[in-house]
Parts: sequence; C-alpha cells; structure tokens
Amino acid sequence: MDRSYAVEIVYRGIFQKTLAKHISRGLVLAAAKEGKTGISFGRYGDSPERNGIPAKNFAIIAPDEETLEESMSQYEPKRVDVTVSVDDTLCKGVESWAWYGLQPINRLLNPGGKLVVTSMLGFDDLFKMIHTKDVPYELAIVRGIPSFSGLWVYKDDHTDVRILGTIARLVPEMLSLKAVEAAILEEWKDELKMLSARKAYERVESVVVPPGEGNAETPYEFTLPGWKEMPEGVTIQSIQMGGAIVDPETGTLGGYRPAVNPYFKKFSTRTMRPVVDFDTCIKCTLCWLQCPDSCFDVTPDGLYDARMESCCGCGVCEAVCPVDNCVVMVNEAEFTDNASQWEMWKADKAGYKAWVAEKIQHRPERSHGFRLRGLYQEQIKAMAAVGITKSGEEKVGGEDTTEASAGGS
Amino acid sequence: MATVREREVALADKEELISGSEAIAVACKLADVDVITAYPIRPYDTVMQYVAKLVANGEMDCEYIVAESEHSQFEIVKHASAVGARVFVGSSGVGWMYAFEALTVTPALRIPMVAMVGNRALDDPGAFGVEHNDALAVRDLGWMLVWVDTAQEALDVALLAWRIAEDRRVFLPCAIGCDGAFLTHSQSLVKIPAQEKVNEFLPRYNRGDLTLHPDNPITVAPQANEDWVMEIRKQNDAAMRRAPGVIREAYADLERIFGRRYGNPFFEEYETDDAEVVLFGMGTMSMPVKVAIRKMRKEGKKVGFVRLRWFRPFPTELIQATLSRFQAVGVVDRDYSFGSPYFSGVLANEVRTALYGAERRPPVVGFISGLGGREVTVPNVRGMTDMLFRAASGERLTDTYWIGLRE
Ligand code: SF4
Ligand code: SF4
Repeated sequence: MDRSYAVEIVYRGIFQKTLAKHISRGLVLAAAKEGKTGISFGRYGDSPERNGIPAKNFAIIAPDEETLEESMSQYEPKRVDVTVSVDDTLCKGVESWAWYGLQPINRLLNPGGKLVVTSMLGFDDLFKMIHTKDVPYELAIVRGIPSFSGLWVYKDDHTDVRILGTIARLVPEMLSLKAVEAAILEEWKDELKMLSARKAYERVESVVVPPGEGNAETPYEFTLPGWKEMPEGVTIQSIQMGGAIVDPETGTLGGYRPAVNPYFKKFSTRTMRPVVDFDTCIKCTLCWLQCPDSCFDVTPDGLYDARMESCCGCGVCEAVCPVDNCVVMVNEAEFTDNASQWEMWKADKAGYKAWVAEKIQHRPERSHGFRLRGLYQEQIKAMAAVGITKSGEEKVGGEDTTEASAGGS
Repeated sequence: MATVREREVALADKEELISGSEAIAVACKLADVDVITAYPIRPYDTVMQYVAKLVANGEMDCEYIVAESEHSQFEIVKHASAVGARVFVGSSGVGWMYAFEALTVTPALRIPMVAMVGNRALDDPGAFGVEHNDALAVRDLGWMLVWVDTAQEALDVALLAWRIAEDRRVFLPCAIGCDGAFLTHSQSLVKIPAQEKVNEFLPRYNRGDLTLHPDNPITVAPQANEDWVMEIRKQNDAAMRRAPGVIREAYADLERIFGRRYGNPFFEEYETDDAEVVLFGMGTMSMPVKVAIRKMRKEGKKVGFVRLRWFRPFPTELIQATLSRFQAVGVVDRDYSFGSPYFSGVLANEVRTALYGAERRPPVVGFISGLGGREVTVPNVRGMTDMLFRAASGERLTDTYWIGLRE
C-alpha cells in the first residue's frame, strides 16, 4: 500500500452511531494489525444525536504517519475509496445538519470506488435511489435490514464485521481478511464474529456500475454567501408567507400552503413516510396540528396533504390520526419521488386507492422503531413471510439469516 | 517477588485506539484522581462520558459529581482541592464562561486544579467548532494555559499538568486547551504508559501547610483591603515566575521515565533549522501546516513552523531567541481580539510584545484563520507563506489578514 485510503460510513443519527463507530474503529484496528496506521472520526459538524439524521464517520488508513497527516490535513475527506451506507434509504442522498444541499450517496467516491450498502433490496431497486455518477464504481450489497446493533438493548447482529469482511474483499490492498480477523478477535474476543466477517468476505455480491446508471435527478445545491452579503447580528430573514392552492378538480382557490426553506429540506432524515387515505379522512386537523415540522398543506377541499420535501418521517401523524389505516407509515425505499399524494388522489381516486392498498399492505414494517426489539432473526423471518423482501428471498430464509443472527442468541 | 518477565509486562506501554478526550480520561485514571466534577457541553462532554464509563466499569475509583451548572462544577473541585484531593474538571465555550467567577477565584487561593477546555467557539452563533477565545479569556488571571496537538500529547500533558500544578513551588490551576473535533473526536493510536511508570512520575498531591483540615485549622479567602491585595497578587506572580523551571523538570522526568521526548517543553519547532520564514500557532492546526511545509520544502521554499504549547507562562526569552532568527514571522490566530492593536488575534500581539525587547525584530504578520472549526487548509497555509516571503523582502504587511473567509 503506497497511499492512504479513506472510507466513509454514512449512518442514521443516534440509531446507528455506535454501529458506525465500530466499523471505522474496526478498519483502523485491522490496519494496525498489518503495520499500517490510521485514524477514525465522526464528522463533527453533524449532530448525530438527532433521530434519523444522516451522519458520517470516517476511517483513514495510511502506510505511515506522514501519509496519514497528508490525508488528514482536510478534516472531512473530499474523496473516498469506500462509502458504506448502513441504511438503504440513505441511497436517496444525504442532507447533513450542516447545510450543503442534498449529497448523493456516491458523490465522494473516487473512480472505481466501492459503495457498500446493507439492504434487502436488489441492485435495480437501489439504482432507483442512487444518483448517477459520471465515472464507474462498484456497488456491493450486504444482505440485511438497517442494523441498530450497539444501540441500547439491541443485540449485536454482526453487521459491523460483515462490512469489514466485505471491504477486505473489495479493497484487498487496503485491508486483508487476515488483518480483519485478527482485529476482530482482539477487539471483540468473539470467534463467531470473526466467522461472520469471513462468510461476508466469501459471499460478496457486487456489480460494476457504468457511468449514467441510476437516478438521474439533479440534487439541489446552493452556494454560501460571503460576509458582506449576510445580515448582521446573527439574523436570518424569515421565510415569506405561503398562500392558497388551486384545486385541480374544481379550479377553486383555497386552503393554505406555507412557503418552505429552499436550503434545508430535511427529507433525507426520513426512513419511512406517511401514506394518507383521503377517502377515510374525517378532517379532524390532528395531523396538521401535531406534525412537528408543519408539513401539512391545507387543501381547498379541507384535507391535509403531507409535503414530502419537508417530512422527516417521525410518525407522529400516524400516531395521532383517529381513523384506522388513514395515515400509515411505510418504508421510504418503497417510493421514488416526493410527489403530492393529494394531487395523485385528485387525478385518479380509484387508482390512488389501489396505490394506498399496495403501499400499506406490509404494515407495520419500519426501518426504525422495530417491533421485534433486538431480534433480527425474528424480524427478518416476519418480513420474509409477508414477502417484503423484493429479492434474495432464499437468502433471507437461508444462510444469511443464520449469519445475521449469529450473535443474537 | 515479581519475575523479570512480570516486571517487563508491568512496565510495557499499551497501544490503544482512542480520541484526545479518551486520552485525558485515561490520564485521570492513571493519576488516580480523587474528585471529578462534570457538567455537559460539547466537546468537553466526551471526557466526562469516558470518565463516567471508567467509574461505572469499576476501573476507576473517584468521587464523580455531576453539578447543576458549570459554576458549581468548578467551585466543588476548588473546595475538594483545598482539602487535599487531586481534582479534574473541564468545560467548553460558554460553559467555561458560565463558570467565570469560579475561574477567577481559583488561582489566588493557589488551587492546583487541572481543567480540560474542549475549545469551542463562544456563542453567538451557537457552534461546536474550535476557537481559542474560551480558554484565552483567563489568560490574565493566574491560570497556566497549555495547548496540545495530538491524543498522545493530551495524555502526557494531563499527567504533566498535575505534576506541575501540584508542585508546592507553583500551586496554580492549569487548563489544557484541546481543539474541539480535531482532537476531542478523532481516534488515533496512543501509547498508554504503565501504571508503575506513572506512579514514579507523579507523586501524591500534598497540600501541606495549606490543607484545609480540622488538624490544620486555617481560614481561606478572607476579605482583604488595600493593605493586602497587592502582596497577594505578587505571590501569584512569583508562583507563575517559578513555573517554567518546574515545567522543565517535569518534562525531563517524563522523558526519563516514559522515554518520550518533547524537547523544548514550551514550543515545538518544525523544519526551522534553515527556515527563512516561519508560521506560529497553537493546537491541531499543526497538521495542515506541517503537510504544507513538506510540500513547499520540495519546491525549495525555506519555511518552518513553531507550535506554542505553553501560553502561560509565556516563554518570552526563548521566543525572542528563536523568532529573531527568521526573516518574517506569521502568527496564525484561531481566536480574535476585536479592537486590539492591529485588530489582530491574541497570539499575534503576545508575539509582537515579546519581540519588542529583542535586538533583532523580524516583521510579524497577523493572520486569523480556522475560526468556528473551519479547516485551515494546505492552500491557506501556502497563501500565508507567500505573504511572509513578501514581508521578508521588505513589504509592510501591518494589517491583520483573515484567511479562508468567504468574501
Ligand atoms: S411523519 Fe407525519 S408528523 Fe412526522 S414530519 Fe412527516 S408529516 Fe409530519
Ligand atoms: S389526523 Fe387523520 S383523520 Fe385527522 S385530518 Fe389528519 S389524516 Fe384526516
């Protein structure tokens, strides 16, 4: 190894903070086993204590201290060799607490870099979310649901070491499997974990992604103002008032849609979104009142439409709605855009009803707030039973379940 | 009797992957600190979390008190120290400022309190990133102030801080400046000295005649009028003047016992032997500066770097002797001092003051950079160095230059 390597671990704030730290620590410890050096750190500008917020950890591996310093002279690497995403919904892009717009999950990857995603989805489903890139890179899937390993009572599901094993396979010049195994034995003193890493190494599923493959949407971006353009006194101009909306059916003007901050949208915090059944809504206003982010537009016909660009997926609207199945939270990976549900319903009510039924059939699958706390093997079985997984069914029931549950007993 | 092998194991350093904050927590354990008080504020809170973990795991035995505010946090350890307990405390940014009254009363009482200041920008705006103005606010009050660069240095300097502060010739509080994020939140490989070595290096705290105890009835901090105050201040001045000698002794012992060499305790010199111009700064900015220097040296530019460790006591003579060797000195402040001479940072004016008494006075160019945790980048360092070469060839650059600012 004659240069340094940078790895970023993109995770969901608080839920996966410990997991991300385990992965970046594991990388540095493994590198040390081969006489290399490294550093592991979190992106400080993040506020990883916020539920679901996209946050990052980094590991830099270098052949010696001087090369390490060279890579560290930039605090957040501008280019990485490996991006790990431990929740597949992050593939839609991340907007950190420090504002910079929406960053595609693969933005920092070097040409030929590796993107490792934990997911139950197939490559094609991931490409609907992952933005296109103009250079080729490699996408690898580590089978599994978003892991909460290391959070409170959640049991160790070996996601950390499975990712280490996968990286050893994808970037052997950075890290050997031997080094990973030795580091696991020393850090966790757990032979089963070591075996999980080895199995993950043996079973890597990956494809080379050609330029242009993926979600073609242009992510929103903006430039920061200079000091002379900024208002003095640490002041921010408030957002302008919103206004009424036109009913596409009747042409009447009514309701209210607040204006929103164009620079900080927050939807990349979401791992699930509310699906609203406008036919059963009793217009009680509770969702509109209780939404902590004031996401609901009031429509001219007195309904409440959750604006998907602003929704962080907290689930409060589902909790307060008094009507059964009127607001249901659904895994974010089921959707490909932020279109208005009310407009969809207005355009085709029967079609919308079918769409809602299809989206909510797997209720209550969630990518955070698991029903089966800490019992991943049960969760995966339950998910497989209702056919949630779109691919790798046999894997779910077979080997990988054993692997994922190895530490869960 | 321990066998030779057992003794070797006992004396061997362990290498661990830990952050600067964890390194300081480990130092607390090695120093067997008696009383620790805590109150959360980022980035200091990482230290209190690690200490709490050590205590909860039964690895460390101390009184661990979570106070109801920073003011009480610092008052509690002040009193604990007065009765003879070794203490550790810390804070960041406006948390440190909330304790300000407690900070001012501590040095006069000759309390060897060791505090970690996780450097953080002062509100407003609320921000987590590093600026040095928090710790610098006590620069005139009798606190010793030292800045560290790496997790290893954080561990070593924490042990040094107790050793120096608790020396009867000194008995002054000492604050360790740790850059938020760059130091507090990055994990690197750190050598943990064996307990036996630490025991040899760090004697028990002995407050002697100043111990507040029923067996030693004394009154501490009575009200005083103009007949007394000046003499009390002079005692503090004398203690601060004795500190450099004690600092030297402690670093020499650290080298002898731990085998780690820091050279001149007061500042680190990097590539200065043949340097024509040097940059001067504190804390973790040394990393990008050193990287930039290595690159510029390959292009034949003779640039060096001086990283100040001990800001109080300020090593005046050493700074004079060292900095007068160069054609120009660029002081990079990660702080500000609005309205000060040249509208510069704190450090730049300290350096100007020290150099005024020198026979040869190179031009000093003041820079402000890296505020609020912004990176000091390699191109930033190159830009500053170019200006230094211009100053060295006679151009008058007397303003203070903000580097990396969005215009
Ligand atoms: S999940 Fe519901 S309550 Fe929560 S932010 Fe989204 S719309 Fe609002
Ligand atoms: S809480 Fe449910 S019923 Fe009430 S307005 Fe909202 S969607 Fe309709």
